[in-house]
Amino acid sequence: MAGMFEHGAKTDSASTASFKSQLNKVYSWYAGGFIGFVLVLAVLEQMGLPKSWIGFIFLLATVGLYAGIGIMSRTTDAAEYYVAGRRVPALYNGMATGADWMSAASFIGMAGTVYLTGYGGLAFIMGWTGGYCLVALFLAPYMRKFGQFTIPDFLGARFEGNLPRFIGIIGAILCSFTYVVAQIYGVGLITTRLTGFAFEIGIFVGLGGILVCSFLGGMRAVTWTQVAQYIILIVAYMVPVVWLSIKQTGVPIPQAIYGYQLQKVTERENQLKKDPKENEVIAIFKERAAAADAKLKDVPGAMAADLAAAQKKLDDLKAANGPAADIQAAEKTLAGLPKTAEDAKKAYTAAKTSNAARAVPLAGMPPHAQQFAGDPNGDAKAKDAFDTSRRNFLALIFCLMVGTAALPHILMRYYTTPSVKEARDSVTWSLFFIFLLYFTAPALAVLVKYEVFNVLVGTPFDKLPAWINNWARVDPALLSVTDINKDGIFQLGEMRISGDIIVLATPEIGGLPYVVSGMVAAGGLAAALSTADGLLLTIANALSHDLYYKMIDPNAPTARRVSISKALLVVVALAAAGVAAQKPADILFLVSAAFSFAAATFFPPLVLGIFWKRANRWGASLGMVAGLGTTFYYMATTQPWLRGVFGVTSPIADNIWWGILPISAGLFGVPIGIVTIIVVSLLTPPPSPATQELVEHVRYPDLKLGTA
Amino acid sequence: MQVSERHRQYWQKNLRITGILLAIWFVVTFVVGYWARDLNFTFFGWPFSVWMGGQGALIVYCVIIWYYARYMNKLDIEHNVHEED
Repeated sequence: MAGMFEHGAKTDSASTASFKSQLNKVYSWYAGGFIGFVLVLAVLEQMGLPKSWIGFIFLLATVGLYAGIGIMSRTTDAAEYYVAGRRVPALYNGMATGADWMSAASFIGMAGTVYLTGYGGLAFIMGWTGGYCLVALFLAPYMRKFGQFTIPDFLGARFEGNLPRFIGIIGAILCSFTYVVAQIYGVGLITTRLTGFAFEIGIFVGLGGILVCSFLGGMRAVTWTQVAQYIILIVAYMVPVVWLSIKQTGVPIPQAIYGYQLQKVTERENQLKKDPKENEVIAIFKERAAAADAKLKDVPGAMAADLAAAQKKLDDLKAANGPAADIQAAEKTLAGLPKTAEDAKKAYTAAKTSNAARAVPLAGMPPHAQQFAGDPNGDAKAKDAFDTSRRNFLALIFCLMVGTAALPHILMRYYTTPSVKEARDSVTWSLFFIFLLYFTAPALAVLVKYEVFNVLVGTPFDKLPAWINNWARVDPALLSVTDINKDGIFQLGEMRISGDIIVLATPEIGGLPYVVSGMVAAGGLAAALSTADGLLLTIANALSHDLYYKMIDPNAPTARRVSISKALLVVVALAAAGVAAQKPADILFLVSAAFSFAAATFFPPLVLGIFWKRANRWGASLGMVAGLGTTFYYMATTQPWLRGVFGVTSPIADNIWWGILPISAGLFGVPIGIVTIIVVSLLTPPPSPATQELVEHVRYPDLKLGTA
Repeated sequence: MQVSERHRQYWQKNLRITGILLAIWFVVTFVVGYWARDLNFTFFGWPFSVWMGGQGALIVYCVIIWYYARYMNKLDIEHNVHEED
């Protein structure tokens, strides 16, 4: 295998063909080897191999494999390090882009989001695939023809100077860093689940795998590792869904058949809404919310009453010589009561909101097949809810799509193909490989829902399957079940489940052997690691190539540029791991924010730079600042966590525009960016003839002037 | 640098196909999305707009990109701007 990655820089067609056939051979063997490896583990599990060993073996084998590929593809050559020598065939670049693209959020989170939000969750599915149409039509072929190393490179050359390049560097770092923190967080979560290590140790083990790979071999190592990771993650995603589909319908193609399961889920939803036991649970939550509300009306009185009640319980237990554990629990309750009126108010408000949120039908999930909330034919309030919900759905799709077409770590991948033609074909392959996972995710959500509604609901509590307790033990925030109405039977309203465990728990929900759970976790790890690799490279390259080489020391020798990039990679990785270890509260928001930032910063200057020759330096610079600034301003004034960070106190309602949620802030940033570029460009002198020639140059794969 | 008439035609054709494909992309995403509640007829078990959101639109996106690559690769050769390998 080592020989393959050592392939020389010659790109004549005979050697390209033999390179391709060699790749085909290596990766077919590899895929076969992976399946064989899983089968051997499955046999060992039947023979009694403990579950924790299976987790360890999966972790070590896969991380070791990625590190191995990294060591075999080590390089110090600039073209190899930054763009994998520009000879990655379209099919393999497609797979690598697929793995680069599909992050922990796609693999672990997306099907869970669809499970929890039904039609609304499809915004992610459409947004994260439809964006590739924009990549294909507006960007990939032209970026490849331009043929440099990074996105700020393009901005610097097209918009004549270091100012646009510098703004580009800031934008690239801002969106890639927020994104990489989320990936490393995902790595920590899965490693913890696979091995039982502490979360912080899990992060650093995973980080080791990332670093060996991208540190030694840059883009070359990352490309070949990402291909390997894609194969693992797609197999891991498909197996449990196909299994569930066979189990429920007898048909092994879940994507084609789940429409009928959706009908059954909808029927069951209507039954559950009328179910007296479910309504009993809802009534109890309503009472609890009302009780918390009553306490809020008289905080000091409620505090005194709580204290007296807890004290009385403790005294009674002690007097009756109750069991030690109960006494301890009572003491803990007593000690845990809020001390100040401020704390008490917070605690009561939290109790009120959380209970009120659960006092709704179907545990708060909208009917799965219902498009948007509210009702267009209902009263004013229902109409308004419908309009706002629909507007936000479409706005989110817009931001995710435009963001997809502007994320630097994805666009960078199209620099690695041998030609413009291959870049075009490569987008086709990218979307195809991404499509395989994305069009399976809605099927997974429906099949799991069917299983939960029909198998779990109505089961006596003492007969619930083991996975529920196993997950509840990992973290009660991920999954918790309590017998609220004390009838000994499980009701839907009695479970709280986080979207993040749906995919990881699917093998157990479907009753598959543990080895499949291990494989799915390894797939999630591959998704998170591959994206983290691509993002870290983007950040390190922006700093070493664009900032250091292009702006600070243009005479730096190649070897020094590559070493600086490697050193920066380690620093950035450690910084990201440090932030991730703090478990920042709103990690999901950060990921989505990265899309809005990328959309507003990069999409307008890149597209106008190619399609409008008149766009100039000042237009692009101010446009990027205006787009990013608008997006940032909207988020900072409307998103609770950022409001806290920036100390914004005016009510959210005053800052919201057209009811658009902060996650879709790019909806305002993108048009403002475009308008600014156009207006400012027209007010300032046009770009130089040389730059206009550059635009002409990127529009044609090969101009052949003189021969035409 | 002066590009020839043939080059200009190539670019015009590129813009036209880009526009057409973009219009299709817009319809399957935003037009179907806007009227999702009304496009509720049953389609092989799914309400139509739900199927479009989860699968149909994705298939159309794949076809758009595949067709664009094929069309442009041919157009390159017709207008003699393709890369020699």
